[in-house]
Amino acid sequence: MEQSQIKGFIAARVARELKDGDIINLGIGLPTLVPAFLPKGVHVVLQSENGIIGTGPKPSSEEADPLYVVDAGGAPAMVGIGGSYIDSMTSFTLIRGGHVDCTVLGALEVDQEGNLSNWIIPGKKVPGMGGAMDLVVGAKKVIVAMEHTAKGKHKILKKCRLPFTAIHCVNMIITEMGVIEVTERGLNLTEYNPEFTIEQIREATEADITISDNLIAMR
Amino acid sequence: MSKFISAQQAAERIPDGAVIMVGGFMGCGTPHKIVEELSKKGTKNLTIICNDASMPNGPDGSDYYGVAKLVHNKQVKKLIASHVGLNPEVAKQMNEGVLELVLVPQGSLAEMIHAGGAGLGGVLTPTGVGTVVEEAEHVHSAIEVDGVKYLLERPLKADVALLSGYRIDKAGNIWYKGTTRNFNVVMATAAEIVIAEADNVVEVGEIEPENIVTSGAFIDYVVDGGVA
Repeated sequence: MEQSQIKGFIAARVARELKDGDIINLGIGLPTLVPAFLPKGVHVVLQSENGIIGTGPKPSSEEADPLYVVDAGGAPAMVGIGGSYIDSMTSFTLIRGGHVDCTVLGALEVDQEGNLSNWIIPGKKVPGMGGAMDLVVGAKKVIVAMEHTAKGKHKILKKCRLPFTAIHCVNMIITEMGVIEVTERGLNLTEYNPEFTIEQIREATEADITISDNLIAMR
Repeated sequence: MSKFISAQQAAERIPDGAVIMVGGFMGCGTPHKIVEELSKKGTKNLTIICNDASMPNGPDGSDYYGVAKLVHNKQVKKLIASHVGLNPEVAKQMNEGVLELVLVPQGSLAEMIHAGGAGLGGVLTPTGVGTVVEEAEHVHSAIEVDGVKYLLERPLKADVALLSGYRIDKAGNIWYKGTTRNFNVVMATAAEIVIAEADNVVEVGEIEPENIVTSGAFIDYVVDGGVA
């Protein structure tokens, strides 16, 4: 698979996990591509943790009001029709309280117990956890959407080596190689990208993975 | 009694070494005029409680936006925030040993301030369980309630809270525009002195009671920011 196609391919697969009416929080980077791939008739409510329920499309430079309306990355944003502005307490009541149906975010590392590390590389990069720890603890479904390896280096591990964002929080991992569900018995490959062999997927994964009896091709 | 003071007078109420809360999220909803005066005054050794460290190159054309100005001037001894990734100055000053950073999950930060303002003894949250947050100074202990593990987070209070509102009436009642509510709403409750900067000052009664988000009961002083 061409490098330029990978992110769109992953985002398109994530989009099919979302249901009409779901309240969704998307992390930065790849996850922000997901709404463009939503199946016809599926409308989701996007939440920005800085204070929007029902975030609208990205504003044009005329529509932008950067002093007053921004997203969680500080970039200009818009509220959609029927959306609302909320304060941080209410935002995290939504997030932590189990009212967000799904959060999609990237990972530095994820492991076979569903532990996630995506907020700090000690001594190198200390940006802070922002709302990530609350999100993965509170959202009903946590999807990690990322490239399977970091330039060949394993990211899906037996045990995360970087500090955790949260423990036992990830439900599903979607990469360009396949779809992996996190179960009580570990990681289970339910879909695979036919461009790769199962052997290649195993090699790109440090964690133990089992193969689903109902394994299907990922599209 | 008039609640009006100038931005300069607001800055004068903050002594060296004060603990201050500053509203805003990446500078959006931060009281920029008061922060500007505070940076001019050069108040030192501040402990700042703010969601983030904001960023350089603000959308208002400033070189350092919001609290980034205070960090850049090395006026901040300790920063309590959830995210500092957009302001590279923080990592630099941490490495130089100039700045102490305490990272708090964003939702926990909001609730710790809420607890401080609401007279509660702490916050029980599942966020941070099993992570390095368990070791942080703001965590009293990890405890189990009915089989579920939580962190008991301490309440947060400040000497002064600096807020921003789009419309503020002369009694201090606040209406917020867009995404500027963020931490302003909760910080209004949690400091000894609460100062709100109005982009627009309006007469009492001009904001419908139903639309007042922060009651003037929480606000000690109002600064006319005179933006619009």
